[in-house]
Amino acid sequence: MTFIATERANRLGLSSLDSVVAFVKALPGVDAVGLEARAANLATRSIKNSSKMAALDTIIRLIDLTTLEGADTAGKVRSLVAKAATPDASHPDTPRVAAVCVYPDMVEHAVAALGSRQGDGVTGISVASVATAFPSGRSTLDIKIADTRYAVEKGANEIDMVIDRGAALSGDWETVYSEIRAIREACDRGDGTHAHLKVILETGELATYDAIKRASWLAILAGADFIKTSTGKVQPAATLPTTVLMLEVVRDWFLLTGEKIGVKPAGGIRQSKDAIRYLVAVVETVGEDWLHPHLFRFGASSLLNDVLLQRQKMLTGHYSGPDYVTVD
Amino acid sequence: MSFMEYAAAPESTSILNIRPHYGLFINNEWVEGRGESFTSISPSTEAELFTVSEADGRDVDRAVTAARAAYDKVWSRMSGAERGKYLFRIARILQERAREFAVAETVDNGKPIKETRDVDVPLAAAWFFYYAGWADKLDHAGLGANPRSLGVAAQIIPWNFPLLMLAWKVAPALAAGNTVVLKPAETTPLTALMFAEVCQQAGLPAGVVNILPGKGSITGRALVEHAGVNKIAFTGSTSVGREIARSVAGSDTKLTLELGGKGANIVFDDAALDQAVEGIIQGIFFNQGHVCCAGSRLLVQENVHDEVLERLTRRLATLRLGDPLDKNTDIGAINSREQLETIHRIANTGEAEGAERWTLDCAIPDKGFWYAPTIFTNVAASNTIARDEIFGPVLSVLTFRTPAEAVTKANNSPYGLSAGIWTEKASRMLTVADQLRAGVIWANTFNKFDPASPFGGYKESGYGREGGRHGLAAYLAKGEGR
Repeated sequence: MTFIATERANRLGLSSLDSVVAFVKALPGVDAVGLEARAANLATRSIKNSSKMAALDTIIRLIDLTTLEGADTAGKVRSLVAKAATPDASHPDTPRVAAVCVYPDMVEHAVAALGSRQGDGVTGISVASVATAFPSGRSTLDIKIADTRYAVEKGANEIDMVIDRGAALSGDWETVYSEIRAIREACDRGDGTHAHLKVILETGELATYDAIKRASWLAILAGADFIKTSTGKVQPAATLPTTVLMLEVVRDWFLLTGEKIGVKPAGGIRQSKDAIRYLVAVVETVGEDWLHPHLFRFGASSLLNDVLLQRQKMLTGHYSGPDYVTVD
Repeated sequence: MSFMEYAAAPESTSILNIRPHYGLFINNEWVEGRGESFTSISPSTEAELFTVSEADGRDVDRAVTAARAAYDKVWSRMSGAERGKYLFRIARILQERAREFAVAETVDNGKPIKETRDVDVPLAAAWFFYYAGWADKLDHAGLGANPRSLGVAAQIIPWNFPLLMLAWKVAPALAAGNTVVLKPAETTPLTALMFAEVCQQAGLPAGVVNILPGKGSITGRALVEHAGVNKIAFTGSTSVGREIARSVAGSDTKLTLELGGKGANIVFDDAALDQAVEGIIQGIFFNQGHVCCAGSRLLVQENVHDEVLERLTRRLATLRLGDPLDKNTDIGAINSREQLETIHRIANTGEAEGAERWTLDCAIPDKGFWYAPTIFTNVAASNTIARDEIFGPVLSVLTFRTPAEAVTKANNSPYGLSAGIWTEKASRMLTVADQLRAGVIWANTFNKFDPASPFGGYKESGYGREGGRHGLAAYLAKGEGR
């Protein structure tokens, strides 16, 4: 079996590490003003009535319900899992979320709490674990690999790794690439399957759209299943222009190879109306196929409750209040 | 249901208060015109909206007389600071009534509410704010101390941006101390007539702004030929512009002409392509291509031609054509049956002359005037569609191999209003811009307007500038050394 990164490089006719890095460095630039204008334009779409209801349900199905705090406990994770499976007990037709996202040492608690309800985001609720010395990524590769293996062994379906932003900013794309490749290998379970790899670019630290575009291509070439904007620990986290740019990269990769890569904006998306703008960006950039848990996720913690409130409003005709959704 | 089929999101028309009939606005009063009344229809539904009376020669005379009296007795004697107050007031009223004006413009013109709401109306208010600030600073307009106003300005505006073109003309004229007789386009008089109400609301002295709906051949002709007019500002077709220039030749009437265009939008191979695609769309499909400065000739470097076209057609598939009042509509109706026929006629020559046509596959409403976004590839520089202004959503694509060839091809047009340059290389951007003979050059953007920026053309695109200090100077003359 050829390794995925080699396979992907071969599709572009890139035969060595040097040629992959050269390819990424030579990518055409991004016009910031134009990109932001495009995102602002997408944000003016007016989603009403039946479309809004469909959008709200879609958002719930795409959420990675997240808790990434120093204060996380097994109890907190159990309560998160309960919310993920039954977001709104008063409206049992409410869909469940795609995944829960936790730290590596919390994976076993999430797996235990889910039991038979665990799946790949479609078949059941997926367990995603951040890894690789999240959120800064400032540790050695060995530790990052061990961190990843630990989470996979404990039953994580998905790994959310961080790239080495310091290396990216100093122009050392070789290191960024090699690390992603190594972590992708660490995601292998040994039975031919692998924990799906989301590569967090931490776009707020890469700062320029040119760098974000390079990092997106590099992550895909190194074997990413998903490219993800942010850890949520750095401002700005996900923004609409950044997500549009990453969707454009994913679209170009698809047109080039026929392979579909996922995108996950994370951090700072708290309101339904913001999330709906992301859905619009997805359908108008890559197409509706991408509104699928295997291809698009929201990394969020407070977004779910706002969507539930909006959903209740659509169903009952009036706004309830913060006490009609649960604090978990 | 596909998520892409966004549910209808129509802007409500309940805010509109259209009268069944409008007269002429002369000396702050509504009077009946002596010409034949005509009906204004909505281009998207063909529904009759209201009737308007037409000004004939006698009405024009009456309006010019009122404007002259207002000029002599009130407006030219008023201090700049006082004139500025009126302009600020008008700007604020336009902002307060923004939604109403946006809906009115969309209903009367056919353009999408998204554009009237986000572009036409806010920019019209911005124009009044900008020139309001100039009213007491005319010494700095570039004509030396104490420049003088010209007198009565006759202003004739087109149907593509009815309110915005009114603002472009009325704001600087009033700021400089002139009074105005304005003729809106025959198919789109509504927002100009509503603007008359704004003048009343602002307490503008009688006769400072007079509005005369009517046909170009009757009202327009009588206005430009009137001996009491000191300045003519016209935006419209090159053929009418020529006639006007002829009719004022030999007189001391000042003239500015804003005419047609066949803007070149030049895409180099190092451009940020996704953003360039957005700019191409903004350049030719904004306002259904009814834009004198539209980027209707796309010049693409040959080595990225296929990629640009592929990206462009894929992106165009997400455009929504239909009810202009729907907030999600990108492409509205063509302004009139006559214009629709013109677009068909010229576009059909494209195919006849050997170009390849691509048309967006989209549903066309049963009623109203519509033209689906269309792209012609394999266009030769000699083809009619590469030479003539179509004034519709039709893009002609040509290629070039070197920057020098791009410049030569871009300049090879009787027009010279606008051009666009797409490159990530700043040195190339500046070198090329230097060599283009066009009044407005956009770099890595297109169809962006700002009141501080002068706008106007070279060659058959007209002369004189609107906007900025230059636009103000067009309504002033050097002071007589007091």
